Amino acid sequence: MLTKRIIPCLDVKDGRVVKGTSFVRLRDAGDPVELSAFYYEQGADELVFLDISATPEGRDTLVDVVERISEQVFIPLTVGGGLRTTDDMRRMLKAGADKVSINTAAVLTPELIREGAAKFGSQCIVVAIDAKRVENGPRAKWEVYTHSGQQPTGIDALFWAQQAVAMGAGEILLTSIDADGHRAGYDIELTRTISEAVTVPVIASGGAGALEDLYQALVAGRADAVLAASIFHYGMHSIPETKEYLAKKGIAIRIEG
Amino acid sequence: MIAIIDYGAGNLRSVANAMAKLGHQSRITSRAEEIQKAQAVILPGVGAAGDTMDSLRKLGLIEPIKQLIAEDRPFFGVCVGLQVLFTGTEEGGGHDCLGIIPGRVKKLPAGRKVPHMGWNQVRQRVSHPVFEGIPDGANFYFVHSYYGEPDDKSLAIGETEYGVTMGSVIARGNLVATQFHPEKSGDYGLKMYQNFLRHARNGKNA
Repeated sequence: MLTKRIIPCLDVKDGRVVKGTSFVRLRDAGDPVELSAFYYEQGADELVFLDISATPEGRDTLVDVVERISEQVFIPLTVGGGLRTTDDMRRMLKAGADKVSINTAAVLTPELIREGAAKFGSQCIVVAIDAKRVENGPRAKWEVYTHSGQQPTGIDALFWAQQAVAMGAGEILLTSIDADGHRAGYDIELTRTISEAVTVPVIASGGAGALEDLYQALVAGRADAVLAASIFHYGMHSIPETKEYLAKKGIAIRIEG
Repeated sequence: MIAIIDYGAGNLRSVANAMAKLGHQSRITSRAEEIQKAQAVILPGVGAAGDTMDSLRKLGLIEPIKQLIAEDRPFFGVCVGLQVLFTGTEEGGGHDCLGIIPGRVKKLPAGRKVPHMGWNQVRQRVSHPVFEGIPDGANFYFVHSYYGEPDDKSLAIGETEYGVTMGSVIARGNLVATQFHPEKSGDYGLKMYQNFLRHARNGKNA
């Protein structure tokens, strides 16, 4: 049975991890290479790197970081943040990334999804959607935001997810802007709405605070994978503990080694 | 030296990194002479089987690959590198493939998320050197929308369920192919490459 994936997300700025430096077991928890190796050994199913560098120089640093990580981490690596062209994508894939994630650039230039999928295959192209709830109740609706969740677009998130998949996205990384950072649970309704409407896997993101939240996103939200940052980075829960918890509750999880 | 066939697609670097991790020298190459001289050959793959066949054809690698396998030289196909070994594929309106493994490549059945993406179990149908030290039912990383169905079911030494029971490890002599990506499958993936290479060095047939 296909297992549900547990994915730590690392925010990287100028080649350094910007959150979660509270790991006592690491010499330098700000080093993305060391932190990635740690998560790999802990049994992470995949890793996502989000580059929040403000400068091209910062992004060049990430290429080098990805190269070094791929030498010692043998699970899928996704890199996102600031990728605007298929040349940007190619650079990351050549460095050792398995997938690239595009967000604002995909909204501004949807053709980028098609071009990326044609050049590298759909399985490489993750479309990240930041969605904010605009209506509650039976007609719940979410609006797509770009520029790190700052800019409303007027685009319906469900429509955009379906559009992105039709254009060749192989996976959707779905973040609830409302839930993100609050550690009070994922937006289950958003996750389920999108997951049921598209044929590709959906990664739920934003809001994980307790292990129960991950369980809910996978079961009630029908997500194929869950992404979390704080709960892992700040040592609230370890990956083995998370996996054991979910497995005990009957979720198909990869536990080995 | 291990040759990793470069046909302009795929995350070749991960395969090379896996070889380096296992202490093997490898070269990413599209030159037939280099491939023919190699101690073992790996055909990695992502993307579409039809495109892969076109690229192999343009590079003049179809015959060298067929010849290597006919001589039972160690050869490992990954993902699309497994699919192109078959007679033909349904993908992209239908394409002829290498015809090394009689059988067809079919689309995964509807009703589940496609691509089949993530970690899934491999059931070991027989005891085989590539499985040495890997528990039955261990998880490997898959990402694909098509799967190969060999006419001779006994060639599928490992099986995986995803709406259909597919041969996820195919073996015939020194030819091994996996639908999953060993280079992305953690310690057990590396172990499988190591088993293949040791087996190749010993020059034993399965």
